[in-house]
Amino acid sequence: MTTLTNPQVRRARDSARTRKKLRKAALNATAAVVFVLAMFPVYWMVSTGFKTNDQIFTTEFIPFPTSFTFEHFDRVLSEGVAGNSIWLYLRNSAIVALGTVAVGAVFSLLAATAVSRFRFRGRTSFLITLLIVQMVPAEALLIPLFLSVKRLGLYDQLLGLIVVNVGLTLPFGIWMLRTFVAAVPKSLEEAAWIDGASRFTTFWKVLFPLVAPGLVATSIFSFITAWNELIFALVLMSDPSGYTMPVALQYFFGQRGTDWGAIMASSTLMTIPVIVFFLLVQRRMVSGLVAGAVKG
Amino acid sequence: MTDTSIARRSHRPQKASGLNPKLIPYVLLIPGVLVMAALLLYPMIQAGIMSFQKVGIPQIRDVNPRPADWVGWENYTKIFENDIFWSALRNTLVFAFVAVSLTLIVGTGVGVLLQQLSKRVSTVLIVAIMFAWAVPPVAQGVIWRWLFDAEAGIVNWALNLLPDFLSNALFGRADWTGVPWLNEAYTVYIALIMTVVWASFPFVAVSVLAGLKSIPNELYEAARVDGSSPWRTFRSVTYPLLKPVFAVLTILSIIWDFKVFSQLYVLLNGPTNRLAFNLSMFSYAEAFRPPPKMGSGAAIAVILTIILLIVTAFYVRQMIKSEEVQ
Repeated sequence: MTTLTNPQVRRARDSARTRKKLRKAALNATAAVVFVLAMFPVYWMVSTGFKTNDQIFTTEFIPFPTSFTFEHFDRVLSEGVAGNSIWLYLRNSAIVALGTVAVGAVFSLLAATAVSRFRFRGRTSFLITLLIVQMVPAEALLIPLFLSVKRLGLYDQLLGLIVVNVGLTLPFGIWMLRTFVAAVPKSLEEAAWIDGASRFTTFWKVLFPLVAPGLVATSIFSFITAWNELIFALVLMSDPSGYTMPVALQYFFGQRGTDWGAIMASSTLMTIPVIVFFLLVQRRMVSGLVAGAVKG
Repeated sequence: MTDTSIARRSHRPQKASGLNPKLIPYVLLIPGVLVMAALLLYPMIQAGIMSFQKVGIPQIRDVNPRPADWVGWENYTKIFENDIFWSALRNTLVFAFVAVSLTLIVGTGVGVLLQQLSKRVSTVLIVAIMFAWAVPPVAQGVIWRWLFDAEAGIVNWALNLLPDFLSNALFGRADWTGVPWLNEAYTVYIALIMTVVWASFPFVAVSVLAGLKSIPNELYEAARVDGSSPWRTFRSVTYPLLKPVFAVLTILSIIWDFKVFSQLYVLLNGPTNRLAFNLSMFSYAEAFRPPPKMGSGAAIAVILTIILLIVTAFYVRQMIKSEEVQ
């Protein structure tokens, strides 16, 4: 056959190839649009933080900070807001988030092991409770917890905020970690058992190392939740020296205009650790969040 | 298989720890259950009780607090007579409906797009949408408040780029400089929808992508051989297989969007514009704005909880029925 020289076939083949190319170009163009829409607000936050005030307060569009400056970062780290450097608020946020993770990781690992390694009475009710408590709005807990925290003398203390955040993050932590524990084949533990390892050794030497990546992902999720938490920090902290970042940011919005350079610099500082964590555990976080649904 | 059966099969004598293996799961659950009981269940019950009480300054002051008065349904009847409640309810429902729909549509679109792209391009795009997803809610509010700024905001700058006749025909104005977005409830919610959809579509996209990857290729080949159109393939192959994923994504989006607080708090500059409250903000404002009306705040929170439970009951039942909870 002379397919290669047959003009009709060649035309058909060429048009198929062009169509394929066009399709690819269209897909990549759409991807570029999504890229810009997703990234622009983040870029705008960072670049505003590096602009001088006359490039910030203008009706013009200045895509790149040609007047590149560290003045806003310097100012928020030295003078800060509400009487303290931004460092203090970042530190408070870190203490609360790390404290939450330290307690939450242990508790959620124990509970997740219980629900995915044992069948026992009350197991299903426990899982359903986990689902339902996640639906309860923070406001429903806010008022009673505010009164309890005051009564316990934890008002205005970071410890109070840690305790509350452990409660807020634990149900989801157990829910997420449960699937990671379930993913470890039971036969490994059974083998260790038969070889004479104790229950604790089996847990510590066999299960724990295999669940560790999932535990890291879950912990990072709790860290981010506690790091971002606004409403409880707003209510439980009255002294500025105990503010976390989300609360401190509110104090940049003054009566007479807002210092946008400073607030963007601070927001950038608050966002950096979260983005780093996200990129680290991106894949596992998704599998944990939609766990069970995807495995089909 | 439980641990006891293994022990029997291997003829191992019970460890001398003295702990009945049946009790082990309960011991493991103690810390978690205590935390949840003390920090979630007890406060929930308390909120329910408080919604029938009058709790103000005399009841919450540190020195010599007075016991709360039982007022029956008074908090609820007062709330139902309050116009702000009805506008807050409408804001909550309309916002959740629009934001959830847009998030799912945009997210699914981007998820399908990610699957069609080459490996390199899709990795770059995933990292990019990850940035939007990772921004803390308060910072999201800050960013979009700046984008919607009346004078220096990019949104007004972009609208000024529209040809005058088009802008006039669509919006009745050509000059957008100085137009405030965050003063009126209606426009605040446009900004809030943009903020929330921007921040939450990446999660949907990445989850849909994960779901798509789990569908075996043979099914698509079979569909192609049978001459199925792309839309038909999506409807008959992709959608049914991804249904569980969509169920989870929908329920999570609904839960998140009903309770949106941080972004609205920043866009509104605190609980200022009462007409733009949603139920979360209304509850917070009642309870913590002077004079504090904690009973009334609790009642609003109870109403919000009930609405959420009703809306999500269907999906929770689905999840309980499926293997999720088994």
